[in-house]
Amino acid sequence: MEDSHSLTPAERSKRDFLKYLLTGGLLAWLASVIYPIISYLRPPQQTEVVVESVKVGPLSSLAKDSGTIVRFGNRPVILIRTATGDLRAFSAVCTHLECTVQYRKDLSVIWCACHNGKYDLSGRNIDGPPPRPLEPYRVVIQGDDVYVSKMS
Amino acid sequence: MNTLWKKTYAWIDERVDLRQLVDFMGKKYVPVHRGFLWYYFGGVTLFLFIIQVITGILLLLYYKASDQLAFESIQFIMSKVQFGWLIRSIHSWSANLFILSAVIHMFSVMFERGYRAPREITWLTGMFMLFLGLGFGFSGYLLPWNELAYFATKVGTEIPGVIPIIGKPVMEFLRGGPDVTGATLSRFFGFHVAVFPGLFTVFLGIHLLLVQRQGMSIPEHLEHEKLDESKRMPFFPNFLLRDLLLWLIVLNVLAILAVFFPWDLGKKADLFASAPAGIHPEWYFLFMFQTLKYIPSKVFFMDGEVLGVLLFGLAFALWTLIPFWDRRTARGSASRRVTYIALLALMYIIVFTILGWLL
Repeated sequence: MEDSHSLTPAERSKRDFLKYLLTGGLLAWLASVIYPIISYLRPPQQTEVVVESVKVGPLSSLAKDSGTIVRFGNRPVILIRTATGDLRAFSAVCTHLECTVQYRKDLSVIWCACHNGKYDLSGRNIDGPPPRPLEPYRVVIQGDDVYVSKMS
Repeated sequence: MNTLWKKTYAWIDERVDLRQLVDFMGKKYVPVHRGFLWYYFGGVTLFLFIIQVITGILLLLYYKASDQLAFESIQFIMSKVQFGWLIRSIHSWSANLFILSAVIHMFSVMFERGYRAPREITWLTGMFMLFLGLGFGFSGYLLPWNELAYFATKVGTEIPGVIPIIGKPVMEFLRGGPDVTGATLSRFFGFHVAVFPGLFTVFLGIHLLLVQRQGMSIPEHLEHEKLDESKRMPFFPNFLLRDLLLWLIVLNVLAILAVFFPWDLGKKADLFASAPAGIHPEWYFLFMFQTLKYIPSKVFFMDGEVLGVLLFGLAFALWTLIPFWDRRTARGSASRRVTYIALLALMYIIVFTILGWLL
């Protein structure tokens, strides 16, 4: 680095101009390289098929005191037929860390195997780490067929 | 034969001055003391890494990274490809022994204060490699696309998601979308076979170069004593031959494990099935998994998960940075506190791993 004391003001401002130009150019160049990479890393939004209602099957296929996982679009929903014959449906995604829950006959609760979270048959989180209740779905019976649909 | 060997040596020596390197190797010694045995674990870890690279490349010849084909391709490897079951089983077993060996290596360095100046960079690169090793384990666990892997990945990628602000973007970056799908498998495959090995090789290069340049660390209490011939062993060939013998033993152990306890493939992942009972992550994540189970869902104003994740993050950061805050060792006096912290950490990991295994 030569000493800048001997530079005339005109020379100095020329040097400053070049400094800003080159630094700015370098930064712009870096941004133009990094921006596409960052954007590429972010997965594109996929258009999801909007599902409003799903046909599960005939009521006779659902045993009392049991639960089944129903495919609702790309999300699992748990459909429970209680011991008394009531039908209830909830999102099967545990509110804790997103494992898929199941019906525990022996305890009559909805149970998540990953971290031992429990929900009662109204979907309320009653034990273990889950922070929120399960999102409820509507169950409709038309003729003999059972349908699960979103709560409007 | 002998003259051919000599000629080849002379030819290379003329061009790259091998003499210097041979002289250097000849002057390298390994200190002999009470903790001598622990010096071997670095080498064993290296050997297991080499096994991983070789078996990994072999698996790559048949593995197909897609949610439609991954499970079937491993079934194919294990049932149709000759010795495919052996290669895959060794890869799985070696991965686990690699983590175990690396952790033993790390704790021995911790207890002997091997991280102290001037070996901070060796410690840091070692810790980075350990974290990468955990990354290897986590990403590799998903590749068979089985039930256990699917839920382990769901939970494992959801955990960074609980961190405020940066959590969600990080989670989506890892998953390649809002959920664990085939996109996640593609990404994990890329991390597992390209990104992590690349990074690991760089850190490993620095780590080994520094070990060669600086020599083996000597425990503090021996540091100022003159090591005579009985207290040191030439690295070349005495220690190296012992190393190789141990590697042979490790290879045999691996073969026995792989043959008599072949690695299970499990059931293919079903995105619309409940998480199976008894699900748990790999054993080296168990202590953290078990801790998360004990933290209540709300602690004061914070989610239990967030608190747990932040605490573990802090603990790992402090652990990694120990050469920079352990001032006592840096000054040359024995630091009992570090021994207690390391002992406590070790006990914690052991107890919680056992709890996680049993409960």
